[in-house]
Amino acid sequence: MSGRLLQGPAVAVCYVVAFWSGFFVMGVELLGGRILAPNFGSSIYVWGALITVFMLALSLGYLAGGRYSLHAPSLKRLGGLLGVAALTTLPVLPLSGLPLEELSIRITDPRYGSLAAAVLLFFIPTFFSGMVSPYCVRLLVDAEESSGRRAGQLYFVSTFGSAAGTLLTSFFLVKWFEVNTLLIATIIVSLALSVLSLLVAGRRA
Amino acid sequence: MKRFAGLLFLVILSTAGSGASPNQQMIHSEKSLYREVLVYEEDGERCMCFTRQCRIGRQSCIYLENPKRFALNYTRMMLAGTLFTGAPPRRVLIVGLGGGSLPTALREILPKAQIDVVEIDPAVTRVARKYFNFREDPQMKVIELDGRVYVKRAIRSGEKYDVILLDAFDHEYIPEHLLTREFLTEVKSLLTPQGVVVGNTFSSSRLYDHESTTYAAVFGTFYNLKAANRVIIARPAGLPDAASIRARAEEYAPVLRGFGMEALDVLPLFSTAADWDPKARVLTDQYSPANLLNQ
Repeated sequence: MSGRLLQGPAVAVCYVVAFWSGFFVMGVELLGGRILAPNFGSSIYVWGALITVFMLALSLGYLAGGRYSLHAPSLKRLGGLLGVAALTTLPVLPLSGLPLEELSIRITDPRYGSLAAAVLLFFIPTFFSGMVSPYCVRLLVDAEESSGRRAGQLYFVSTFGSAAGTLLTSFFLVKWFEVNTLLIATIIVSLALSVLSLLVAGRRA
Repeated sequence: MKRFAGLLFLVILSTAGSGASPNQQMIHSEKSLYREVLVYEEDGERCMCFTRQCRIGRQSCIYLENPKRFALNYTRMMLAGTLFTGAPPRRVLIVGLGGGSLPTALREILPKAQIDVVEIDPAVTRVARKYFNFREDPQMKVIELDGRVYVKRAIRSGEKYDVILLDAFDHEYIPEHLLTREFLTEVKSLLTPQGVVVGNTFSSSRLYDHESTTYAAVFGTFYNLKAANRVIIARPAGLPDAASIRARAEEYAPVLRGFGMEALDVLPLFSTAADWDPKARVLTDQYSPANLLNQ
């Protein structure tokens, strides 16, 4: 391996994608609490179920993202991952109404009901979001000795994004907008960044 | 002299401040999954609190000498909403137990009624039994569940209540999914045709406007009783008029006197004046920042 896969603006795009992916995951997780509350309540175990599913999906996403980076890694594919995570969030909109109510009738224990609901709504998009960070590491690492530093910078950017997504969503955004409006807006930002990645990658090719 | 001034300052602070006074004693504390449940005693009064600043966050209080007598004013307003607005209720639902003064009083005043209490936190129920004389029996049971989950289930199993009391709020934390148009609509559909909803809510902050428009969106005009707390009384079949409320208050007056309540004193509080911003956004499952609006 010689040199870094990305140069110039592509590096910046990679960091922006990692930041946004972190933001996206936590924004969606907090909105998830509101989506589950009407049918499962807001007990501590509803949050427990939600956080479990997000962590599990992320952890498996990390594995998959690392593996996916072995074959022809590119900024284009990174943008693709972000886009897939956004598109697989879309079903949350129709599923959060009657289907969740149906689920809460089938599974009467709110603990397992909320766990099942969280899997149904959020596992797949969060899995794809988890793939982003390790994939970014592959794109940014330029040499063996600096690989730890790159990984550290990436963790910083994506976890900082998560912190920003958590704070902004819970302190401000829910006071201004409806849950579905916020979901659609975050999906649109993800898709826009996905397209940006494809454009920047295309220009470099 | 300086020391005296300091001492004087301390005395003033402790009497004027909202913190613990020298007479206030914590007699019990337990941490639950949701909060810390504390029991304080002060000047012959025992209170359940969810914060150590017990003066402002009293959930429920009793007088040790006479536990029957209501120590908090909002209990009187809630009771007025339950008893003065229609025929004696046969089935009552209470969302939020606290120390249980409301269900305990109702159990005695309405001996034939079935009273269901929904309380999410088993620690609150334990403390109510141990320190506030709350007793369950076949006609009064506590269901350990989230209020919203219970209401949805009760609708599905076709249950109906004559009165539904919403008392799940605390001065600093509101379960936001229990203050939305959708939830109130569900509550409404759980009522018998002449049924009444009585909600203990907020009298200050921006939330006042929002909760008003939210109740109005579901129930139309409602009685708004304001003191330190605010109690909303709504009846989908139409509000009872002042004369019928007075008649029932007079009927219950002797019984209520046993609880330290002058039934007629509550009547001037019944108001239908809309003293809120009618343009305040209605709270929904999609838009429910109740806690942020209560800052």
